[in-house]
Amino acid sequence: MRNHRTNSRRGLRLVRIVLVLAGAVSIIAAAHSQQEAPREDLLALSGEPGRAGGRLVVSLRAEPKTLNPVLALDAPSREVISAMQADLVHINRSTQLTEPALAKSWDVSSDGLEYTLRLRQGLRFSDGEPVDADDVVFTFRVYLDESLHSPQRDLLIVGGKPIAVRKVDAYTLAFRLAQPYSVGERVFDSLAILPRHLLEKPYQEGKLAQTGSLSAPVSQWAGLGPFRVKEYVAGQRLILERNPFYWKRDTNGYRLPYLDELVFLFVPSADAQVLRFESGETDMISRLSAENFSILSRQQQSYTMLDAGPGLEYNFLFFNLNDLGEKSGPEMATKQKWFREVKFRQAVSAAVDREAIVRLVYQKRGTALWGPVTPGNRRWADAAIAHPERSLEQARGLLRELGFKWTNQASGESVLLDPDGKPVEFSILTSSSNADRTKMATLIQDDLKQLGMRVQVVPLEFRSLLDRITQTKQYDACLLGLVSFDADPNSDLNVWLSRGATHLWNPQQAHPATSWEAEIDRLLDAQLTATSYGQRKKLYDRVQEILAANQPMIFLASPDILVGAKKVIGNFHPAVLEPYVLWNVEQLYRRTGEEKARK
Amino acid sequence: MTGYRKLDRWLVVLAALHGIIACGGFFAPYDPVEQDREHAYARPMRLHLVDRQGNLHLRPFFYPLRPSEASVDQYDEDMGRLISLRFFTSGASYKLLGFLPVRLHLFRADGARIYLLGSDGYGRDQLSRILYGGQVSLLAGLLGAGITLSIGLGIGAVAGYYGGWRDDVLMRLAELFLALPWLYLLFALRAFLPLAVSPLDAFLLIVVVIATVGWARPARLVRGVVLSAKERDFVRAARGFGASDSYVFRRHVLPETASVLLTQAAILVPQYVLAEMTLSFLGLGVPEPVASWGNLLANLQQYSVLMSYWWMYLPALAVTPFFMGYLGLAAALQERADSRKMGSWSQEAIG
Repeated sequence: MRNHRTNSRRGLRLVRIVLVLAGAVSIIAAAHSQQEAPREDLLALSGEPGRAGGRLVVSLRAEPKTLNPVLALDAPSREVISAMQADLVHINRSTQLTEPALAKSWDVSSDGLEYTLRLRQGLRFSDGEPVDADDVVFTFRVYLDESLHSPQRDLLIVGGKPIAVRKVDAYTLAFRLAQPYSVGERVFDSLAILPRHLLEKPYQEGKLAQTGSLSAPVSQWAGLGPFRVKEYVAGQRLILERNPFYWKRDTNGYRLPYLDELVFLFVPSADAQVLRFESGETDMISRLSAENFSILSRQQQSYTMLDAGPGLEYNFLFFNLNDLGEKSGPEMATKQKWFREVKFRQAVSAAVDREAIVRLVYQKRGTALWGPVTPGNRRWADAAIAHPERSLEQARGLLRELGFKWTNQASGESVLLDPDGKPVEFSILTSSSNADRTKMATLIQDDLKQLGMRVQVVPLEFRSLLDRITQTKQYDACLLGLVSFDADPNSDLNVWLSRGATHLWNPQQAHPATSWEAEIDRLLDAQLTATSYGQRKKLYDRVQEILAANQPMIFLASPDILVGAKKVIGNFHPAVLEPYVLWNVEQLYRRTGEEKARK
Repeated sequence: MTGYRKLDRWLVVLAALHGIIACGGFFAPYDPVEQDREHAYARPMRLHLVDRQGNLHLRPFFYPLRPSEASVDQYDEDMGRLISLRFFTSGASYKLLGFLPVRLHLFRADGARIYLLGSDGYGRDQLSRILYGGQVSLLAGLLGAGITLSIGLGIGAVAGYYGGWRDDVLMRLAELFLALPWLYLLFALRAFLPLAVSPLDAFLLIVVVIATVGWARPARLVRGVVLSAKERDFVRAARGFGASDSYVFRRHVLPETASVLLTQAAILVPQYVLAEMTLSFLGLGVPEPVASWGNLLANLQQYSVLMSYWWMYLPALAVTPFFMGYLGLAAALQERADSRKMGSWSQEAIG
């Protein structure tokens, strides 16, 4: 018995020794393989070094529809994806200039037709698999695939031909364009590099569009961004965790991001988001209305509230200039006759009190607009566009030139009549969920009443509003806002080109309906291939001047980007480009001292 | 006896309240849709009798507001200027009771606007808007109740008086209407209408919808009263003397329903005013810039208004006396009806 026991003990010891030996061998093997693989080429970020750990909670106004960067269209999806994915060249949201990202450097051939990009070496996806040029080639094949209808595809077609990608070696890529492309290396921004090892199979089976759903297992997706999916609770939250393979470090050599977790809570209404922020449930808040901003600003001791200045959102009023043909009744035809007159639109523009909009809607935290490019876009705004004061006199003069007359009603109300004697009446659609725009419309209603126009404001649910504008085209006028996703003019091409889908007043025209729309098309196409900033600026300035002169949209105002964060959040440097507060999420961190003080 | 006195008291209160709203143009210093963009969200202003130097003034006066430098929606009293109110003077033209053009106002101030109940986000006078908004809301309630009661009386009387298959059909129909989800019905109706509805059309639509949906309950009550009334001895006697259906109906049956109808009216009017307010609150009522009590309260849907501008709650306060008045009236009517019944029972017992 006893003997047997010692024997078995000896056996155990033997096993242990073997195990220890095996461990040593594997460590040596790992060291050896690391020597073989290229050294990790991390990008060092300047900026205040932070403290590791903790979680950051922010609210998202809707659930992201997908985590698949190829297909994401909605803002919530894009916001989440930007924390999970990385691009070759990145536009710094703060400086609005390009910076090396996954590509360490790039060269452009002297004719401007070939870009050579060199990738960082030794990088890994969030599941630990290495990245090389094959992933990039695969990525561009997917983005350019017509059957997937990726929203980014249009940007990758230059001169009617898709950008051609060639692998030079495992870490070098050559991109060939059909003609010079004014966007330059900015084209690579926000094109997430996809994990070929995970997606090639579904892509070949034609199932790529189905991947990236939120409920899919975490192992089916990997990215190169600072965070990766940890947990998703439908209708409540999405929890991302730190990507241990992320490729940026701070000045002390610490591998970013600092935070362990990034939590998105789904909070649909803006007011509810404010309440969550006030109660301390969320750490940061963006897209604040001026009124909510001033409420939160009264409690400055626990938050940092920041007015980041004018953003890229422009709000405008536009009239229905679609060619409705037989569809519309005589009433609509009469209205469109007014709307098509440039002087009518100019008169409306002259009567609008933009200063009151900025004061009453944005509490002075905004800027009046006379053109589409906001002062937030420093490089592209045309300084030559006039900022005429509000003038009812001028408006009346313009209407008189068109043959409009006024008649006094028994009630003492003065009514504007068109040259055929019909009273001028129309309605303005606004989105019922956007209190700011409804308020603007109510102010304009009163402004135009002073011209004798009878205007009705119709707040509609946003989807049925879009349906009326893009599908049925049954509306008189509409008040909307758009946000450029980048400062570059090309981000708004589909708004200004007459064939564009967002050419709101008359979308997707086969041929430009007016001579000035044709000229805008020509200028925009010309700036696409112009190579110098000076040339492009001149062309784009001309576009802005044509728009300001013809007023297809009556530009109203642009709100400032208003954001806030708890004081414990370090490296809080909001930008005026989306995502306003999370653009540097890898550098955000929680301070300890204040956290204790708070408790 | 006390029942009658109570009833009279409530009637006087309600008459006074309705009189104020009906003559809203006289009490309101300004046009309710006129915007004063320099004074958005001005808080209610104070009236003074004693100035800073301690001098007593016979006319109440106020200090006009000037925007504070600190914030957009904050104002300071401009102590340098002192503006007296003038009473019974002419001002902006308005229509008294909807048709008489009048310029006489209870009070006004020259040189600056006075906001006794504050102003809204467009600088519109809250006091004027509550008064004019009351006209829309109360008229919707009164008209709606009137229509409902007429329909209810007609249908209930036919069902109760003739009975048989007519009774069955009408009462099943009434049950169907009781089960209708009227808010959703209105959403559906609104979707069928053209996009832009003029304020008058929107108002009529609301009244018609509220009224047609609500007739079932009064109809059932009237039917019950008519059922019992037509079996009374004096009705049978009248029939025995050869009185026609219409004579019996007019002379003997209809008067029996009066107290039920009156009590119903006192309950329905506030209920319908509330219905109008609900619809306007949800954006289905009269459109901006026309004021109605529901429209005024719709401002409170915004968190910032809720938190920052307490005077935007005032319309809710203005509604309260009306509701109390009507409920008091309904209670008094009920009491009177009960005491009458007691009286008639005791008479019967004696007889």
